[in-house]
Amino acid sequence: MSQTLKPETAEHLLEVLKWAVAEKSSLDVRGNGTKQGFGRPMRTTHTLDLSGLSGIKVYEPHELFMTAYSGTPVADIEAALRQNNQQMAFEPADLGPLLGMAEGTGTIGGVIACNLAGPRRIQAGAARDHFLGFNAVSGRGEVFKSGGTVVKNVTGFDLSKLIAGSFGTLAVMTEATFKVLPAAEKTRTVLALGLTDTRAMKAMSQALGSANDVSGAAHLPAAQAARSGVSYVSGAGQAVTAVRVEGPGPSVEHRCQAIRGLWADKGAQLEELHSQNSAALWKEIRDVRLLDAAEGKQVWRVSVPPMEGAGVGGELLGASGGEVFYDWGGGLIWLAHDGCPDANHDQVRAAVAKAGGHATLIRADADVRGLVPVFEPQPGPLGDITRRVKQGFDPEGVLNPGRMVEGV
Amino acid sequence: MQMPQPDADVIARRAEIIKAMQGIISGEGVIADTDELRAYDHDGLMAYKGLPLVVVLPETTEQVSDILKYCHDNNVKIVPRGAGTGLSGGALPLADAITLGLGKFKKILEIDFDNRTVITQPGVTNLALTQAVEHEGFYYAPDPSSQIACSIGGNVAENAGGVHCLKYGLTTNNVLGIEMVLMSGEVVRFGGKHLDSGGYDLLGVANGSEGLLGVITEVTVRILRKPETARALLVGFPSNESAGDCVAAIISAGIIPGGMEMMDKPAIHATEDFVHAGYPLDVQALLIVELDGPEAEVEHLIERVDGIANQTGATYLKISQSDAEREVFWSGRKNAFPAVGRISPDYLCMDGTIPRHRLADVLKRVEELSQKYNLRVANVFHAGDGNLHPLILFDANQPGELENAENFGADILRYCVEVGGVLTGEHGVGIEKRDLMGEMFTEDDMNHQQRLKCAFDPAGLLNPGKVYPTLHRCAELGRMYVHHGKLPFPDIPRF
Repeated sequence: MSQTLKPETAEHLLEVLKWAVAEKSSLDVRGNGTKQGFGRPMRTTHTLDLSGLSGIKVYEPHELFMTAYSGTPVADIEAALRQNNQQMAFEPADLGPLLGMAEGTGTIGGVIACNLAGPRRIQAGAARDHFLGFNAVSGRGEVFKSGGTVVKNVTGFDLSKLIAGSFGTLAVMTEATFKVLPAAEKTRTVLALGLTDTRAMKAMSQALGSANDVSGAAHLPAAQAARSGVSYVSGAGQAVTAVRVEGPGPSVEHRCQAIRGLWADKGAQLEELHSQNSAALWKEIRDVRLLDAAEGKQVWRVSVPPMEGAGVGGELLGASGGEVFYDWGGGLIWLAHDGCPDANHDQVRAAVAKAGGHATLIRADADVRGLVPVFEPQPGPLGDITRRVKQGFDPEGVLNPGRMVEGV
Repeated sequence: MQMPQPDADVIARRAEIIKAMQGIISGEGVIADTDELRAYDHDGLMAYKGLPLVVVLPETTEQVSDILKYCHDNNVKIVPRGAGTGLSGGALPLADAITLGLGKFKKILEIDFDNRTVITQPGVTNLALTQAVEHEGFYYAPDPSSQIACSIGGNVAENAGGVHCLKYGLTTNNVLGIEMVLMSGEVVRFGGKHLDSGGYDLLGVANGSEGLLGVITEVTVRILRKPETARALLVGFPSNESAGDCVAAIISAGIIPGGMEMMDKPAIHATEDFVHAGYPLDVQALLIVELDGPEAEVEHLIERVDGIANQTGATYLKISQSDAEREVFWSGRKNAFPAVGRISPDYLCMDGTIPRHRLADVLKRVEELSQKYNLRVANVFHAGDGNLHPLILFDANQPGELENAENFGADILRYCVEVGGVLTGEHGVGIEKRDLMGEMFTEDDMNHQQRLKCAFDPAGLLNPGKVYPTLHRCAELGRMYVHHGKLPFPDIPRF
């Protein structure tokens, strides 16, 4: 009979995994389950609920790291960091609402397992870049660790990179250590109104290629901008291109001026958002709140070279209809279209293949996700390596079998 | 240092192997003459030497693929080699292995300012990469001190660092894609000009894999726009403790400097004698703190760091007034290794990383060990990210002194691990720290790492004898020991 196992210590977890290996059971590994709809649907014997492994274990603000148990809610971590004016600089997206779950309930283990990031990806990196080390139990039922608490560490293979983005298919973390950094004193956003997608890519590229240390660059076509809760954005009545700068006050002012100068010849109206409004807009962008993701819509996340963004976006719209918006200077495209049995995956993959990149079907009904490859297919030797890695870490297929690829 | 026993069968087949290599690479790309092989008998870890079976210098990915496929089919080992500047012996040749040099992969293939990327062959030097884009005001951020000579392929293999890591990341955070030839001869691509991966992050694990997973034949990096301005403070302290306090206070104030370097008294004196950077000689510790960014930001932060330095007991403080003066501040630190080389016939450079707040404690232990082993030591320290480089001075011509110095170094690294740090921050494990891996990792930790190796190179032909003290066969690592039984913790909550 299917059970939900909820270990409360690392020892419990080890015993559960040893037992599952011996019983040849498979486990649906989850934190708070906010991203259960992300990935291929699985048929598992039992559920492994990690929300009992919760709490901040070590937080040393002056050493710029935190160690937390894998089931710790991100909200708890962010609250502790705020008290010391620090943050997870990679700005992990909260995909809960997009996936039909509650806001603010994800865990740190989930953030790392899905290698989440936010608009600051272009400047500060993703979860993979901030994930310093872990303790885990592999699908072999063996405890192992990798990395440490320091930023500079090349001792042995960097297994943190392997675990980040492996969707719980290789090992179950008991605790994770990640970098924390000072939160910026000030944040401001420069807006350009009415640019076409193509001109917006160029404008963002200019800003990102300038010395103004841009920490976010997004382009919202008119329909998406109109959904913003920030009145300057929703009231624009046209497309909005947004570029964010953060840092000490005088520096932020200086850089906003510089970006306005860079964009002076665009013939576009320029606006500025300050602290609250700026933060609100980037949270909407981060959490994909500006797409029409009504029930029945399917949502893709597409990563391409930034300057290819508008071209690929146009092709996607031509092939599947729906709507898009752009983050990461054009390098990240969010696409939502009406649901269909194949999620238009052939068209999506063809458009991405031409530009170079990858596409992930973030949201669709389980039966669609069971038929269509959710993650970018890994052909030939890449697929072979993937299977051999899985074989090495989880030979019996105990952990989230088939979550990413059939048979892995 | 025990290396794996050379395979006599492979050595006996040397002539046949050379002929096969000449069939793949024509002309001077196959080096078999003993005198010429000597140029490849060591890397930056000079204490260890050995002649390779043969050296091959391919020029194309296809040739690399053919070489690896031949070696795979004929059970011949491969030692990949970039510029040979690595400090941990990762490119140390093996008597029964082909050393595969990437020195002829010297072209920059594409510069794309709009996407802020460069695609390059792996033999291009780190500095050449920056030089290729600086006319447009761009640069490649990771800057190991060997940047004039070290190659970008080697940087990826070692996940090289530099003085700007705290703010701009290591190699792994700045590489977007690679082309790699697997031991089977198959050519794969991880990443590209886009971000992140649609599957497992194999690009991430290739970074810092020390030539054990594949041979890198192309690299895509991100480039950054040079900051508008940079200024540095040179700050002297009466003790290592107060310098350490200053570092901690700067970080605690929410400031992430572009670079933050520290030297102890012996290092200050050695470098000052060598380059005359104008360092104060009456201080115990010296910090260089560089702030970069827009003029307004740098001004603002310089003032704040100035205040913090005074509060933490600085006895000497100078702020650079020009780029030239800033370069002078750096000249001593950047020449620390050769400066120490001048005052001692030989030196060993250690590379542990420690939690920043344990610095004074670790330096005290280094001093005690210096007395115990009766060897001098000078310390330079990437204070921002906790990466410590004690330089152990010795004379290899004195019998037993190399061994003594190595034992001293090993004791330092053990202490780094004991205080919560790691064995190597940026130089790699190679052979140098191989036998210390057990100080940091359990058998199971290392076995899981080696299972990754097995996914790439099941026959274990790539760079054997490096990084891991015990070589397990992949079949043995794959075996499962399953204990059947009931769930022994009946109290685990279940629903």
